[in-house]
Amino acid sequence: MGLLNKLDDPFEGGGIVMGTVEDLLNWGRSKSDWYLHFGLACCAIEFMSMNASHFDFMRFGTIPRTSPRQADFIMITGTVTFKMADRIKILYEQMAEPKYVISVGSCSNCGGPYWEHGYHVLKGIDRIIPVDVYIPGCPPRPEAFHEGMMQLQKKISQQAIFNKRKKLKAELKKNAI
Amino acid sequence: MNDKKILELEYSTHDSDRMRINVGPQHPSTHGVLRLEVEIDGEIVTEVVPHLGYLHRSFEKHCENMTYPQITPYIDRMDYISAMNNEWPYVMALEKMMDIKVPEKVDYIRVIIAELNRIANHQIAVATFGMDAGAFTPFLYFFRDREYILWIFEKLCGARLLYNYFRVGGLSADIYPTFKEECLDVIKKVRKTNAEVMNLLINNKIFLQRTTKIGILPADVAINYACSGPVLRGSGVKYDLRKDETYSIYNKFDFDIPVGKGAAGILGDCWDRNMVRMDEMEQSCKIIEQALAQMPAEGDVKAAIPKKIKLPKGEVYMRAEGPKGDLGFYIVSNGSDKPERVKARGTSFVNLSVIPEISKGYMFADLILILGSIDIVLGEVDR
Amino acid sequence: MLPNEIYNNLKTEFGDAIIEYNDAQPTDPFILISTDKLFDVCHTLRDNEEFLFDYLMCLSGMDLGDSMGVVYHLYSMTHKHKVVLKVSAPKSDPRVPSVEKIWRTADWHEREAYDLLGIQFEGHHNMIRILCPYDWEGHPLRKDYKVPEFYHGMKVS
Repeated sequence: MGLLNKLDDPFEGGGIVMGTVEDLLNWGRSKSDWYLHFGLACCAIEFMSMNASHFDFMRFGTIPRTSPRQADFIMITGTVTFKMADRIKILYEQMAEPKYVISVGSCSNCGGPYWEHGYHVLKGIDRIIPVDVYIPGCPPRPEAFHEGMMQLQKKISQQAIFNKRKKLKAELKKNAI
Repeated sequence: MNDKKILELEYSTHDSDRMRINVGPQHPSTHGVLRLEVEIDGEIVTEVVPHLGYLHRSFEKHCENMTYPQITPYIDRMDYISAMNNEWPYVMALEKMMDIKVPEKVDYIRVIIAELNRIANHQIAVATFGMDAGAFTPFLYFFRDREYILWIFEKLCGARLLYNYFRVGGLSADIYPTFKEECLDVIKKVRKTNAEVMNLLINNKIFLQRTTKIGILPADVAINYACSGPVLRGSGVKYDLRKDETYSIYNKFDFDIPVGKGAAGILGDCWDRNMVRMDEMEQSCKIIEQALAQMPAEGDVKAAIPKKIKLPKGEVYMRAEGPKGDLGFYIVSNGSDKPERVKARGTSFVNLSVIPEISKGYMFADLILILGSIDIVLGEVDR
Repeated sequence: MLPNEIYNNLKTEFGDAIIEYNDAQPTDPFILISTDKLFDVCHTLRDNEEFLFDYLMCLSGMDLGDSMGVVYHLYSMTHKHKVVLKVSAPKSDPRVPSVEKIWRTADWHEREAYDLLGIQFEGHHNMIRILCPYDWEGHPLRKDYKVPEFYHGMKVS
């Protein structure tokens, strides 16, 4: 991005850079995403490994938050059962906009190994909440988590945040009683 | 009347001075999706009601519709932290029914990887227990060492966490050329980190004050609740399936069974259970060294088995000592290649049932530590 | 003690309540008991000096087609011997006495057998579901179970 390329060169003309405010905001938002601390099953163990020192997830600027009100995105790591699906919907609705969802592992992508006879397994979290990035694997390697995170960062940095807020406001006004 | 109505009636008869709060299912320290309904009087816990089933993945229904080799990956996903120890009693049960004897080298490799997985499991158990008490550094140290063990498994069978490595009559692949040196290297690193953590965490005054004299489990209560593993041994009962009901080749190795002695507080408290886990890591290192020295260099890793695995009509109950305790499988066969019924006796399911008994009368913050010292994994609890 | 010795001792004490002893290979040998005397037999097995079965390893429910069965695997910490007990109840009215007061671990095992198979355990203090949601309909592990189409608005299959 234009902003960061100039860091090594000395600034000519008194240290003024030109860019859009939206770019600046998106850079800030994508490089310091805070996630909701949420682990369901086996993928959560790879998630813990990834947070540890060898793979170090925090260098992406992520910090675990325990309350959904303070989180930017949620990572659904593991199998979603019907008993849990109701609670995930409540958690997702409690998160404040703008919010994102990463679906980790084949169980939350599509039901995973339990797709055929699982009477208590929800076949994919995208049946109840909108998903932004899917990470395949059973469980995915920590490097796959990094790839998924970078995809999310790319998606956030290309978002037109001001347009989205305008649209949301118009929708809320239309739906207001 | 349905179950929800029965629960509502129960609530209305309680003392209005007390508060009912929910811990979970989304909570950083319940070690998974577990919901504890806690009734507290100020800060003292008066009652705990666990609610399970948030990870019920209908494992037993799957078993009735799949062939015996197809079930192995589902068994991995039960106790996903130490998957190798899960597959072993299942495969042993099938081998007992079909009367298949495994080659000698297979037994040695099975012992080595089961003990490596036991070390990996106890590393997570102690690391997360430390995190519950507020210590973050042991978590980083233990996960760094766990990575070395996972790399060995990755070179062995291709997967880091869920292996599908055990087969009826043997294993899916032989060991690679540098396996022995890498195992010995890992053991050296594990011993060094354990010595550091003993100083940093286990004998730390703050940790001692937080974890001793809470969650006391008397031995007769533990036996009545059918607890096993470090939970039972932490209460002073010297019972380990590797010595009491020896399976495979464990009788060829010289190792100790650590039990809790009440060295830092009262016998059967959380510190005792944790100390048993630390000692078991050392004993596992001893077993691995002996197994590597005695292992035959040449040998087959697959016995001669029929193309389709069909068990004769009958039933078998087989159990093995996993890192969390005694894991059992009850398999009923009707003569075809799919089982009639498979019941998995999950260790954590039984160990968790003791929580309402041992957490009454302690502070609310102690409840989290007591839960951490039982060391549960929700895949086994809910299956 | 060997399983057939345990069977002989129980037979002398309880007579007709002990129905059958089956040790056909390759199965583990088991003792079939009648449902109404189950609590007394289990009490004897736990407290009697020569048995001392203080550890209930596993309690499983079974769907046997036209009847429901419950299987108990017992172990003794002092004498180090094992035994397998079985009871059976008709499918139309599957009621079995609860052994929760003898071995506290049977509490959750029996709740699971009720949840997944519909076997009612009489004398249990809290017979409600444990794994499936509290408003789930049906008992999933039965052979004639039909998976519901929707649950709380979510498609099941």
